[in-house]
Amino acid sequence: MISIQSLTFQYANHLPLFQNFNWNISRSETWAILGPSGCGKTTLLYLLAGLKFPTSGKVTIHGEKILRPRPHSGLILQDYGLLPWATVRENVALGVNVRQFYGADGKHTPDNFIPKDNIESWIQRLGLSEVADKFPGQLSGGQRQRTAIARTLALEPDLLLMDEPFSSLDAITREDLQNLTHSLCAEQNITLVIVTHAIEEAAVLGKKILLLDMPPNQKTNVFENPNAGRDGYQNSSEFQNLCKDLRHEMQKRSTP
Amino acid sequence: MKRRDVLLAAAAIFAFWQITAMIVSMPILPTPLTVLAVFFNELQNGLFTHFAVSLWRVTAGMLLSVLVAAPAGLVIGGSKRLNRIFSPVIYLLYPIPKVVFVPVVILFLGIGDTSKIIIMFLILFFQIVVLVRDQASGIAPQLLQSLQSLGAGRKALFRFVYLPASLPAILTALRQSIGTAVAVLYITELSATKYGLGYYIYYRGSTLLDYPSMYAGVMAMSLLGLGMYFSVDWLERKWCKWKFVN
Repeated sequence: MISIQSLTFQYANHLPLFQNFNWNISRSETWAILGPSGCGKTTLLYLLAGLKFPTSGKVTIHGEKILRPRPHSGLILQDYGLLPWATVRENVALGVNVRQFYGADGKHTPDNFIPKDNIESWIQRLGLSEVADKFPGQLSGGQRQRTAIARTLALEPDLLLMDEPFSSLDAITREDLQNLTHSLCAEQNITLVIVTHAIEEAAVLGKKILLLDMPPNQKTNVFENPNAGRDGYQNSSEFQNLCKDLRHEMQKRSTP
Repeated sequence: MKRRDVLLAAAAIFAFWQITAMIVSMPILPTPLTVLAVFFNELQNGLFTHFAVSLWRVTAGMLLSVLVAAPAGLVIGGSKRLNRIFSPVIYLLYPIPKVVFVPVVILFLGIGDTSKIIIMFLILFFQIVVLVRDQASGIAPQLLQSLQSLGAGRKALFRFVYLPASLPAILTALRQSIGTAVAVLYITELSATKYGLGYYIYYRGSTLLDYPSMYAGVMAMSLLGLGMYFSVDWLERKWCKWKFVN
């Protein structure tokens, strides 16, 4: 589904973050991108989202080169990106309203876009009915993140990109939303790529874990984690061993 | 601003005025009670017409300024390139006291309402454009990226982010402009007109030496500004509800 070929990316006056980097993602896979600070995790996500572009090489999704944000991709950022002046209901409807604003032009909105009245059902599904008329400033961190998820899923994406979405939440809320993300991605057949700096979160969410190096990244280091999302997996020795391995690898990579 | 606070402030000003007038005891400073009586009497004898003419001019000047300056501020603030090009122009023109152009504008546009409205526009435009530009350029990039990821291009960013994000700044600029607008209104109405509170105040005070009427005109001008402040507050409560929630 996603193919990154010979990717080189660098910010002006900096070393390349990626150099001749290759990576492939198949449909419905769940990936976690893990790595030390400054390794290029978020940049890689933005490259997939069409918000940044390679210095050389290419990123393709379903064979199409990414030249702008793709209508079928959804992005959820660390600070949720909610409009502070819009209520939860208006925020959830935002993506749909943007699509209606342009109409089915194939560029900002899919060619086959037909407006659906699915906002209320997503508000209900994400447990936001009671706060639907409140503003983001009145919500808890968990409710804000649920709003961002509802807004993205209301557009029925086939690819969900998340940038450290649960980092500022308490442990219980984080676990609750991690489970929700798992079940929604499985239910909607969505490919998930999540960026995180937390080893346990990567092991909970990613059936495959991409571990990035200190730049420049040239090799694709992948850890298989097929049992992610299984009930009770977090209490298993397999999970503990994977976390230990990941921690060891990260420490190795963080040391100059 | 609460009505009770405004009434208390008005009572304090009237008390101070009353005491000062009693101490001074000269025709040039009548007591507030005398002025109030004249005010209500004058309302039926032309003051209301002067008030309405001034209200129309100041509202038209402010509306024109907002309609031109707010989109200009949004466009300039939304683009680093345009900001780089236009900011020096704004900073060069902003400090010029536009009142000096009153005779020039009257020569170009005549003695009617248009010249008065344009002078107010020239003064208010820069205040509004700078505030809105700053607000638009200060929008968090994450918010824009989040919208872009939902498919928003430049037009949708303006519709869904820049405009609503800048609305409080537009209203703040309007609120800050009211005092200037009313002061400019007075200056523009000093010449080439027989209607408006500026004309009324000047004619009653400097030509007829009818000081109670002059102060009644000043009172009407104060009410004009107060009404505009309340209107902007009302608009802010209606359009920026998110600012008033806990």
